[in-house]
Amino acid sequence: MLRYALKRLLSLFISLFVASLIIFFVIEIAPGDPASFMLGINAQPETIANLRAELGLDVPKLQRYLNWVGGMLSGDFGTSYTYRTPVAQMIMDRLSVSLPLAVYGLILSVLIGLPAGIYAATRRGRIGDMAVMGATQLGVAVPNFWFAMMLVLLFAIRLQWFSAGGFPGWEKGLWVSLHALTLPAICLALPQAAILARVMRSALLDVLGEDFMRTARAKGLSRSQAVWRHGVRNAFIPVLTIIGLQIAFLLAGAIIIEQVFYLPGLGRLIFQSIQARDLIVVESVVMLLVFSVIMVNFLVDLAYALIDPRLRSRE
Amino acid sequence: MSRSMILGGALSLLLIGAALLSLLWTPYNFELLDIPNKLQTPSAAHWLGTDHLGRDILSMIMAGARTSLGVAMLAVVIGLVFGIPLGLLAAARSGSWLDELIMRGNDVVFAFPLLAMAILITAVVGPSAMNAIVAFGIFNIPVFARTVRGGALSLWEREFILAARVSGKSSLRISFEHVLPNLINLLIVQGTIQFALGIQVEAALSFVGLGVQPPVPSLGRMLADSQTLVTLAPHLAIFPGLAIILIVLGLNLFGDGLRDWLDPRLRAKRP
Amino acid sequence: MSLLSIQNLSLSINGADILDDVSLLIQPGEIVAVTGESGSGKSMTALATMQLLPPGSQTSGQITLDELEVLDASEERLCKMRGHQVGMVFQEPMTALNPVKTIGDQVAETILIHDAMPPDAAMDRAREVLDRVGLPEERFALSRYPHELSGGQRQRVVIAMAIALQPKLLIADEPTTALDVTTQAQILDLLQGLVREYDMGMLMITHDLAVVSDMADRIVVMRKGQVVEEGPTRDLFANMSHPYTKMLFAASGHQVSLPPAPAPEPLLELHEVVRDYRLPRTKLFTAPGQMRAVNHVSFTINRGERVGLVGESGCGKSTLTRAVLGLEQIQSGQILLGGAPVFSGHRPNPAVRRQMQVVFQDPFGSFNPRHRVDRLITEPFHLYEKPPTGAARRDAIAEALTAVGMRPEDGQKFIHEFSGGQRQRIAIARALITRPSLILFDEAVSALDVSVRAQVLDLLADLCRTYDLTYLFISHDLSVVRTVTDRVLVMQSGQIVEEGETEAVFTDPAHPYTRELIAAAPVLPQVAQDV
Repeated sequence: MLRYALKRLLSLFISLFVASLIIFFVIEIAPGDPASFMLGINAQPETIANLRAELGLDVPKLQRYLNWVGGMLSGDFGTSYTYRTPVAQMIMDRLSVSLPLAVYGLILSVLIGLPAGIYAATRRGRIGDMAVMGATQLGVAVPNFWFAMMLVLLFAIRLQWFSAGGFPGWEKGLWVSLHALTLPAICLALPQAAILARVMRSALLDVLGEDFMRTARAKGLSRSQAVWRHGVRNAFIPVLTIIGLQIAFLLAGAIIIEQVFYLPGLGRLIFQSIQARDLIVVESVVMLLVFSVIMVNFLVDLAYALIDPRLRSRE
Repeated sequence: MSRSMILGGALSLLLIGAALLSLLWTPYNFELLDIPNKLQTPSAAHWLGTDHLGRDILSMIMAGARTSLGVAMLAVVIGLVFGIPLGLLAAARSGSWLDELIMRGNDVVFAFPLLAMAILITAVVGPSAMNAIVAFGIFNIPVFARTVRGGALSLWEREFILAARVSGKSSLRISFEHVLPNLINLLIVQGTIQFALGIQVEAALSFVGLGVQPPVPSLGRMLADSQTLVTLAPHLAIFPGLAIILIVLGLNLFGDGLRDWLDPRLRAKRP
Repeated sequence: MSLLSIQNLSLSINGADILDDVSLLIQPGEIVAVTGESGSGKSMTALATMQLLPPGSQTSGQITLDELEVLDASEERLCKMRGHQVGMVFQEPMTALNPVKTIGDQVAETILIHDAMPPDAAMDRAREVLDRVGLPEERFALSRYPHELSGGQRQRVVIAMAIALQPKLLIADEPTTALDVTTQAQILDLLQGLVREYDMGMLMITHDLAVVSDMADRIVVMRKGQVVEEGPTRDLFANMSHPYTKMLFAASGHQVSLPPAPAPEPLLELHEVVRDYRLPRTKLFTAPGQMRAVNHVSFTINRGERVGLVGESGCGKSTLTRAVLGLEQIQSGQILLGGAPVFSGHRPNPAVRRQMQVVFQDPFGSFNPRHRVDRLITEPFHLYEKPPTGAARRDAIAEALTAVGMRPEDGQKFIHEFSGGQRQRIAIARALITRPSLILFDEAVSALDVSVRAQVLDLLADLCRTYDLTYLFISHDLSVVRTVTDRVLVMQSGQIVEEGETEAVFTDPAHPYTRELIAAAPVLPQVAQDV
């Protein structure tokens, strides 16, 4: 088990290293001189020189890369050129909206998707299965931001159950904040729940065809006992992969959904930074997104080992 | 062929047909501004109404669908062109350093969320349809490489590949003569799924301003434009959204049906 | 009163008739074997008794188990029956156990699901049965997982689950087909012992007459969903009345007549061949270990000889086969065919390879489903610098197909249009097309039904008469090797432990391992040798 975890950890570091190289290359090397890129064509030479000094562009590229990585490791993400505040602080502020939104969405999608998938698999070919599968086909096809616009029309404008957007801030109370995040979280969750339900169903159907399910039935387990005791845990192995992938989608989805609900999350920060050509912020946010995906994959790998004893003893 | 496959195929054909038709003919010129007739609800003259500049929405959807389909199609082609050889190579040299390198490389690319990739590209070269294509195309490479490698690995275990090796054929030749033709089904199905995803990706990226830019029409752009007006004129958002849903639904139903139809295990049961 | 009574059972699945008017009886303590070729419906008879049939099944008739009318019973009642009154053992031990649960939990589950004991007592009972089936606590703690066990050991766990509540009837569906011959003998012994000890009735499904010939009290022969003959084992073997039974018996013990081998002249020579595999790295910073699959193997096969290579799974015979074919490089030693090395430098030598072809086991997996037969069987032409074209190619295809008993027109068909036996003939045609001197048969008849197997073996005898062929026959099936070879090599743990004239080795084995193998191999009773 320890060896397995160490091996995964090693691959985590390699992935992070390669990803950081790519990001560094695209942002700091590819555009030529980042300072003149950020300031635009009409900038004065001395303004550019000042910015170069401020960004630490005077040192060799390798040194710059090491400074950047070293800074991030010590929590220093640099200072935003447009906002004149530390990037780390800005990201933390925005994350306090985006991360809870993504987690909220994940919880909803798991709570809806898994039971729906299990239900459909056990009712295979019957009316319940067809209803769930039809709903998931629709769920997969609906763009979540469009769905968000429709929900705003219905629940915020017509019914006035929710506000059409904005975020009161956590200091106004947990309940109010969660209420503000509920519509966005539902929009985020539904397409993911549809995918999860489909994966859960097909994984469970695969497992139901396995020999050991027949063995379980031969022992005297009823169909549903066999599904719950032997099917679900085995079916969880592919489902876990998808949940891992979904976290990346949910973070990205949160960034897009925030635009519909006017939430002060990472999304607004990053689109404003792109407009303002604030490469320092863009670089950090992209690295953060990539870091979270790699981290989640690592955790998923560890979770595999908890589910599957074959992985624990191998390697 | 299942009912869902026929339904999905018909739906996709209808919308793709409408998109292609826009090359030759649309009810109105979709670039024609007609301010006096702005924000009209659906009527006999404008079946789906007009937008805030008086443009005919049906014409814009037809032309926009063409852009969206084009973006998705090119991105899938990028994925296939790079993904297939990488997957075949990794499988043919499975267990070697080359396989390891390709798969690790895939993992790294996979670790970039599609949105992060689009942000990275847009931040440096500015937004355009081409960026959406490149970002989604790069995203597709590991998808197809993994699909091909997985399918190819199980084929390499089969005895007919051993027989070809006994006949002295090189692994390159075997990959193209024996492995790839047996993966076509898998690739068609995966390609359909990625194609449908591409429609949604174009819409999402264009919606947040990372994709197609005005004046090029696209379904995502129409939704972005409608956002501020949605309370005033919901039909501006509803119709392009429905168009996206119908294309994606059609393609997905078709892909699912196709997978069942092409699956040899299920085929044996068919007369 | 019978323990199990099946009366006029008919079964159709999605409209296709599977069983037609099947009747059979099992008395308490009796072992009844149901045998037949694939498609006979023998497994479906067992599943019908358990009521674990696939969806879309329609049954009629009567199944009475210990006063329970199985076909009329509610699903709830059936759940109480399964595992408690009837236990079942399946064919494939590698997949019959849940990979993510311990063996203790899985055995105890049989007891707990029937509320037969409190959890503590159930674990004790699980321990007790595992001990009984030959998995003692020191090596097989309750906390072990299936993947840590071999196939034979897993089959013991499956048996432990089936007998944990001492059912009155044990159903075993091909319980040893996936196992090696020595393991098979042990499992058959275990089953027989358990039946006697618990006074169970046993329904044993098998395709192999020899396996049941000395353990079954009665034998039921099935064909295409019908019972064609049944009777007490001894009587049945002594007076077979149905032609199908006679054919089945004759085919199971089929003997071919081989032409005499010509004067010795070495064709294939192996000198001190070593093949190592790298094991997966076990520690992060130490060099990965090596597994020696083939350990200093030397032997010679003479032109025109038929040589068998026997051994159990994992003994290295498949690796050796691949090395001979030039598919894998060897670490040291030399493989010569007709005096020339199979590998020259790092590349296989096409001129040498032309003289050698192979026939694989799986008649379904050994052809690319997308190509026509003519293209499939001419694939070895790739070994020529100038492969024949036009009329010469057509003639070669026609000749190869005719030689194996197919028609030249069959070249235009796709492989899925042929049966398993026909596919194996096409595989032989592919091996013949370059007119090789040596053909390797890698378990080439193992997947075939006995009647088809007998025909293919006859074809092999005919071919070596017509074409001056040399055979290397790799198989785990001793009875096949005995009839179709002149000389035999016995392989164990990467080494050849015995080598000699086939009849001499079989009648008077010298090495203890060979003795063990031959003793373990089931044989048909002598009574009917003259049928």
